[in-house]
Amino acid sequence: MSKLVVISIGPASSVQDGGRPGSQRYGLTPSGAMDRLSLAAANTLVGNEPFAAAVEIGPFGATFTARGGAVRIGLAGASRNAEIGGRPVAFDSSATLADGETLTLGFARGGSFSYLAIEHGIEGEPMFGSLAVNARAGLGSPYPRPLQSGDELKTKAASGAAERRIELPAATDAPIRIVFGPQDDEFTEENKQLFLDSEWKISATSDRMGYRLEGAVIKHRDGHNIVSDGTVNGSIQVPGNGQPIVLMPDRGTSGGYPKIATVITADLGRFAQTSAGRPFRFKSVTMAEAQAEAIKFHALLHSLSDRLRAIDDFGLNIEALRDANVAGQAVSAVDVSTWQVALP
Amino acid sequence: MAEPLSPPRLLPSGDSAITVEFSRTIDDAANRRVLALDRVIAAEPIAGITETVPTYRSLLVHYDPVQITFDALGEQLLARAAKAPPTESGTRRWRIPITYGGEHGIDLEDVAKALQTTPDDIVARHAAGDYRVAMIGFTPGWSYLSGLDTFLHIPRRKEPRLVTPAGTISIGGIQTGVQCLAGPSGWHLLGRTPVRTYQLHRDPTFLLEPGDAVSFTAVDAKTFAEQDRAAEAGAFVAELVTP
Repeated sequence: MSKLVVISIGPASSVQDGGRPGSQRYGLTPSGAMDRLSLAAANTLVGNEPFAAAVEIGPFGATFTARGGAVRIGLAGASRNAEIGGRPVAFDSSATLADGETLTLGFARGGSFSYLAIEHGIEGEPMFGSLAVNARAGLGSPYPRPLQSGDELKTKAASGAAERRIELPAATDAPIRIVFGPQDDEFTEENKQLFLDSEWKISATSDRMGYRLEGAVIKHRDGHNIVSDGTVNGSIQVPGNGQPIVLMPDRGTSGGYPKIATVITADLGRFAQTSAGRPFRFKSVTMAEAQAEAIKFHALLHSLSDRLRAIDDFGLNIEALRDANVAGQAVSAVDVSTWQVALP
Repeated sequence: MAEPLSPPRLLPSGDSAITVEFSRTIDDAANRRVLALDRVIAAEPIAGITETVPTYRSLLVHYDPVQITFDALGEQLLARAAKAPPTESGTRRWRIPITYGGEHGIDLEDVAKALQTTPDDIVARHAAGDYRVAMIGFTPGWSYLSGLDTFLHIPRRKEPRLVTPAGTISIGGIQTGVQCLAGPSGWHLLGRTPVRTYQLHRDPTFLLEPGDAVSFTAVDAKTFAEQDRAAEAGAFVAELVTP
């Protein structure tokens, strides 16, 4: 049995997967990864299902040590300085920690959340079909809370498969796309335009429940109280002070403030990665455009394995692979069949 | 002959959900139509719907835009809403124990003062209520009940509390509710129930369903403590009066 032991980790780091939809009618929020594309990329790198459970690491650094055998990992999302036993590791690639080696991750650069997937997944007891941590509801596995030092993520020993990198679509600074509704009629045309024209920043008090926006004050047509109704990931509600809050995967399943607009599915992960204090804008699109983008995004999520490439420098992990082989758990680092799958 | 029911409004909630809105106010008739549409969708599923979330006045329908468009789903939802009978048959009725006042209901005295009556009168009015679970939301098992005595309608607290205890039964506005987990609340705390409306590893995990009827029975603090232990071990504690 291999495991990754958490040596140190910042706040806002937890095990997340595709989430647990299906019980929102009972007030149970779906949770799940803030940036699903990055979760899926990290998992694809190590041959897991796209929405398998992985470690979602917040803006601060983290260190992990492999124990009991080699552990193969995939790293994606907000990039950071990363090294294993002093060797640099690139983001959007897989790597292997030999037994006893330590992975050191620095602060997030150009984003907020990184994803560390573990080959063969993380052992845990699914609750409502998911390992995702929802601390408020006491859900999540192997720990129903954010990760802390001393925690152990158990898995099977590394296969020793060839390391890969994944080519993802180029990052973009384009405005975050929204569709107006469901309660945009609670706002005047002037205030809807102000919402689109303004430059916004995400407040440092934001979390997995919601991102508070700083910028213009959006005024309601007739007060800010509506009868509570259902929310979705990306609902943009405007409370009494006129400062919008974008609801994220740990949101309440219902809310009593008017929702002026909703972030489109294809842009939710990119929005979640927006660092506190970095300016951005919203752009309104039609439902037809939003749905076409959602279909494209879905296709991207399910074709990530086509984007795997052989890693440029195999020298980096020869030692780890040799150690894995010594443990009797691994295949050759130059396994031709693996290469053929990986190459275009 | 009855007037035909007005069709609900279809409101986009992003590219993967539709809010089917029957009313903009809290209204039992609208809530019955919400639950009726929810039942019809469960009985005659529409391909592409992933989840439905009934609320006081609307049904939030989550769907997969790869399988069905907003327009096509909207049409089917309107057709089902037109034929969904807003009647409830086989309603379950729960009797839920509550310990009023003291440490279990720290706002009881203040509510009595604000409404210019005695704590006993508040308790009598609240315990006499015949309630319906209008919706469950916000956090797991948080059950919003309609049917509160109009005498007990009271604005929410100016300063919401960041933490209120698990099992709190409170009033706010024209509503009363059973809160399962500890959490923030702006409502006034009248008492606590040992009943867990949400408990992991119990079958069912969630005790109440939207549309269920609820009444309260006052119990003393000693009974609360005994029932709390039983509930912790997995007992419902709530009594099912009509299956």
